[in-house]
Amino acid sequence: MKHTVDLTVNGEACSETVEARTLLVHLLRDQLGLTGTHVGCVVGECGACSVLVDGKLVKSCLMLAVQADGRDVTTIEGLSGGAALHPVQEAFVQRFALQCGFCTPGFVMAAHALLCANPDPTEAEIRQVLSSNLCMCTGYVQIVEAVKEAAARLRSCT
Amino acid sequence: MENFSYSRPATLRDATAQLGKEHGRVAIIAGGTDLLGEMKDELAAPARLVPVRHLREMQGVRTVGAGLRIGAATPLVDVVENRAVQEQAPLLAMAAVKVGTPAIRNMGTIGGNICQRPRCWYYRNNYPCFKHGGSACFSALGENDFHAILEGGPSFIVHPSDTAPALVALGASARIAGPGGRERIVPLDAFFVTPRQDVRRENVLQPDEILVELQVPNAPAGSRATYVKEMVRETWNFALCSVAAMVTLSNGVVSDVRIVMGGVAPVPYRALKAEAAIRGQRLTETTAAAAGAAAVEGARPLAKNGYKVPLTQATVKRALLSLA
Repeated sequence: MKHTVDLTVNGEACSETVEARTLLVHLLRDQLGLTGTHVGCVVGECGACSVLVDGKLVKSCLMLAVQADGRDVTTIEGLSGGAALHPVQEAFVQRFALQCGFCTPGFVMAAHALLCANPDPTEAEIRQVLSSNLCMCTGYVQIVEAVKEAAARLRSCT
Repeated sequence: MENFSYSRPATLRDATAQLGKEHGRVAIIAGGTDLLGEMKDELAAPARLVPVRHLREMQGVRTVGAGLRIGAATPLVDVVENRAVQEQAPLLAMAAVKVGTPAIRNMGTIGGNICQRPRCWYYRNNYPCFKHGGSACFSALGENDFHAILEGGPSFIVHPSDTAPALVALGASARIAGPGGRERIVPLDAFFVTPRQDVRRENVLQPDEILVELQVPNAPAGSRATYVKEMVRETWNFALCSVAAMVTLSNGVVSDVRIVMGGVAPVPYRALKAEAAIRGQRLTETTAAAAGAAAVEGARPLAKNGYKVPLTQATVKRALLSLA
């Protein structure tokens, strides 16, 4: 049976037809073409598919599209304004917080979720939030540095 | 993942009416963090999912009389951050924040956390074990590093929940709805079942029942509590052993105590002997160590999980000393 889901994605209302078993990540990627959200493990472990739902960090491979009905989704594409990178993205570039880049959209969304709720996090708080995500390249040190830098940038521009 | 039907019940009564009499055929979905994993791994293949997160009775934290009512579909993050929980039952907030990662706590619910299925690797890899209706527990003679040291057999799973030991320690009860508006209240120490009672299940919920809310009495006035969780790494794992401890001291002597352990038995394990050992005592290195030893009395480790005995002993001791 098909279901219609009405949701807001990156500020735009959309109405999509899905199967009950369609995962949110597949709705985003395959139907809406938002391929910045990556599919890694598909079992909620790696965090490459992290997005915000109603402002909260979630793993879009562990949520059915039908569960997102009526909710507000932000993906990595919703962060930057056109060609300009979001300050979190800028900080990831400046601090070399990525190598292959596969996990990066998920880390950026996790960092963004943290900084929206807590503009001046401690290193322990940063590490706690990033524990939702796996990176096989960097060893995390530069990612933590990037989030600190992003926090400083965001504080200085408000 | 096999397809299934999905229908959003308007009321709790509609939800229970959709469940039916057979385990596994219809599944209740709240956060879905455990269920969807099971469905993707083909451990569960329900023909229908019944979402409950939107149901009014199942949402949020309320203070009622001398306690809390927590809707079973309340996300763990909301339990952790709720001021009434922090003030009236801090042990629960301490345990809930140890579940998974922030993203998991944003999605997963407290009801789902106490009803989650076992993490045993044989179960999760779909070996035909007792839990799947088979006639063996592969961990008994196999890779049993993370399995039960207490109350094990015929299945040696451990209960993976962090919030369950805290809720048992607090003396919480489950409000359960059945078909036709029927309801029952089950104290949590009677909610979980050992493999000897029912090898297929971990709790008393019938196929046509829904865990609606948790009724949590306020922690005793003047009590102190802690939740200590030992894992193979610092974060994001299930407990090798965990200890929910709550004590009340009168003139420096333990007058009331609850010690409930996770990760060591197929159910949250109330360490009555440890409680008896520490009751009436001052909290010192010696008395806490004696309580730790009493906590693992009767433990029967398997070939590869003997380390859990001293680990649990030390964790109980440390938890108690932190409350001195």
